[in-house]
Amino acid sequence: MQRYVMAIDQGTTSTRCILFDQRARLVSVAQREHRQWFPKPGWVEQDAVEIWRNIDRIVPQALRESGIAAEQVVALGIANQRETTVVWDRRTGAPVGRAIVWQDVRTERLVAELAERPGAEEIRDRCGLPLATYFAAPRLRWLLDTTPGLRARAERGDVLFGTMETWIIWNLTGGTDGGVHVTDVTNASRTLLMNVATLSWDKDLLAFFDIPALMLPEIRPSTGDYGVTRRVVAGIPIRAALGDQQAALFGQTCFSRGQTKCTYGTGSFLLMNTGNSAVRSTHGLLTTIGYQLAGEPAVYALEGSIAVTGSLVQWFRDNLGLIATAPEIETLAGTVEDNGGCYIVPAFSGLFAPRWRSDARGIIVGLTSYITKGHLARAVLEATAWQTREVLDAMNADLGVNAAAINVDGGMTSDNLLMQFIADVLDIPVNRPMISETVSLGAAYAAGLSAGYWPDLEGLRRNWHLAAQWLPSMDPAYREAEYDNWRRAAELSYGWARR
Amino acid sequence: MPGSIQSIERAAAILRLLERGSGRLALGEIASALGLAKGTVHGILRTLQDVGFVEQDQAGGRYQLPAGGPQARAKRMDPNLLRARAMNWSDSLAARSGEAVRIGIPSEGMVLVVHHVFRPDDTAQTSDFGTTLPLHATAWGKILLAWDNELSAAALTGTLPALTSRTIVKPTALTRTLADVRSQGWAIEIGEFMPGEAGLAAPLRLPGGSVVGAIGISGPADRLCANNTRPRQDLLVSVLEASRSVSRDLAVDR
Repeated sequence: MQRYVMAIDQGTTSTRCILFDQRARLVSVAQREHRQWFPKPGWVEQDAVEIWRNIDRIVPQALRESGIAAEQVVALGIANQRETTVVWDRRTGAPVGRAIVWQDVRTERLVAELAERPGAEEIRDRCGLPLATYFAAPRLRWLLDTTPGLRARAERGDVLFGTMETWIIWNLTGGTDGGVHVTDVTNASRTLLMNVATLSWDKDLLAFFDIPALMLPEIRPSTGDYGVTRRVVAGIPIRAALGDQQAALFGQTCFSRGQTKCTYGTGSFLLMNTGNSAVRSTHGLLTTIGYQLAGEPAVYALEGSIAVTGSLVQWFRDNLGLIATAPEIETLAGTVEDNGGCYIVPAFSGLFAPRWRSDARGIIVGLTSYITKGHLARAVLEATAWQTREVLDAMNADLGVNAAAINVDGGMTSDNLLMQFIADVLDIPVNRPMISETVSLGAAYAAGLSAGYWPDLEGLRRNWHLAAQWLPSMDPAYREAEYDNWRRAAELSYGWARR
Repeated sequence: MPGSIQSIERAAAILRLLERGSGRLALGEIASALGLAKGTVHGILRTLQDVGFVEQDQAGGRYQLPAGGPQARAKRMDPNLLRARAMNWSDSLAARSGEAVRIGIPSEGMVLVVHHVFRPDDTAQTSDFGTTLPLHATAWGKILLAWDNELSAAALTGTLPALTSRTIVKPTALTRTLADVRSQGWAIEIGEFMPGEAGLAAPLRLPGGSVVGAIGISGPADRLCANNTRPRQDLLVSVLEASRSVSRDLAVDR
């Protein structure tokens, strides 16, 4: 009997179910999008019940379309959008409201208030993250403060909190009928509530955010026995859960200290494996859990995200109308030899790591009568590369070891000119693996490893094949001069937004 | 004999009008010139646009014939867009076949490699992106020649250099081969480019059927071929599946 591993990738806009075979080849894919609500500026919501119903459809669909029976699936791994917050009633299974999504910034004022309170300065030491609207705890606190009666129900243990993997696992394992209330350590590391050293809920952080401990799920390693599905399709062992970016790190088989991946999408996410030590960044990077295999110490990671990368290309396409489709940016950029002295700093809502300037706004500098749309296209692509360079420089400095190569995935990796330029400015090889579905693959790898479907990390590494590689070929003096120009351009973007 | 098809008659009338006129016409002008409802004309124009016979200028939304004619328009399929649409399918073709995958488009009498996926065996390989291959001696080239009269006419009147002892050098033989490619829907090359090596390719098509490129695999002949003339059936199925999948995605959101 052929056996397979199933991954559920519960993402921001859609949920996918993918089946992989032993050589990590994609056998079946089923996908459904879910609705997004924007009830007020800065608010982003989703319906957790709709997401659950989608899972109820796509899991049987993925099996049916490939003719695979549930008993052929040895393990299920879940990867999910991180920091999205759900609270639901333990007895009815009904959410108390819509899920508050990771992009939601309604807690801005609450976070500013919390930052003034005693204990705020210790948050980063305890959990590895800065106090920010990005993470789950302020959302949970907001729900407790604004939903009538919710705090009392939470203190009685009548309602449960979870990120998406917690909600899905609770429902799959029975829901109101004995569902397992658990979270994986990588997701827990994004709440602001978990102690990054002990990997358990931190009493002082719970007190600081005033969160009743009874509503929190049990923290588990990323792999292990999460229970067996009793709903949707019964009898599939759930063996792994990971946040999506951590799943991508795992899918890229970045198992050694210093190994780094970058996912190039609308925004981009870099994660560097820092081994068994929680490296504290002095450059504003996040300290997070990379993954934790059952019975083993946690593997930590440094994370840096770039807010605007693919979305700059979309802006160039939709708002300037200079190209018809995103990939044509490469064609336009290819009409010129270089940027002609023009730089674009896409600080649409400030600059993230390592600059952290919320007062910065986007600029185009170096305009002369010589500049054509080709130069602008090149400057758009180069902005992604230089921002990658800045985050990677910060990671290298924090870890004290330089990344020897970077593994890339995501839509923008089809852009040869961009990938070559990234290799040139990082001065290390850029590797693209053959499977671009690294998030799903990472969840499948972790689950399959836990079930003994794959023997060990080395076995997973053997499944990783290079689809393309770009090697640095830029003259070092030219690289330094261009980096200097980028830095000067980035500094010119500061201070434009009035506070 | 069946009656004439009304929508084709109307499409022809629109094309004649655009050809005769000053160049650009608005929807309303076309509709009133032909005495047809705007909705009817709009539907026909959209279809003509999809198949590359009509263009709409970005600013005013006026309609015009594409410069260089519909063939030129079809051939201008952006190579970077082609790669973006094809990337996942070419990855999975490489994973399934265990061979390197390339996508080629016609450029200056050669095959231009616009995408290259490494063979998944972890040996050192370098990218062929941007290099060229001969039309008459590769599977990609035969695909491009088979569905492009201009290109094949030029190739057949020029010299066909012998790259190996098996290269097709006689125009009559190449003409026969291209007819075979058209009837079977794929092309094979065994030892015609490099001794002992083989290639297998299939066409990438836009909606409406025009061929804009070729996707294929290459490797040692003894791995790719069942015998002296035929590819391995499983590899052929994988290549054809990939070509159909990419073609389907080329139809989306052009």
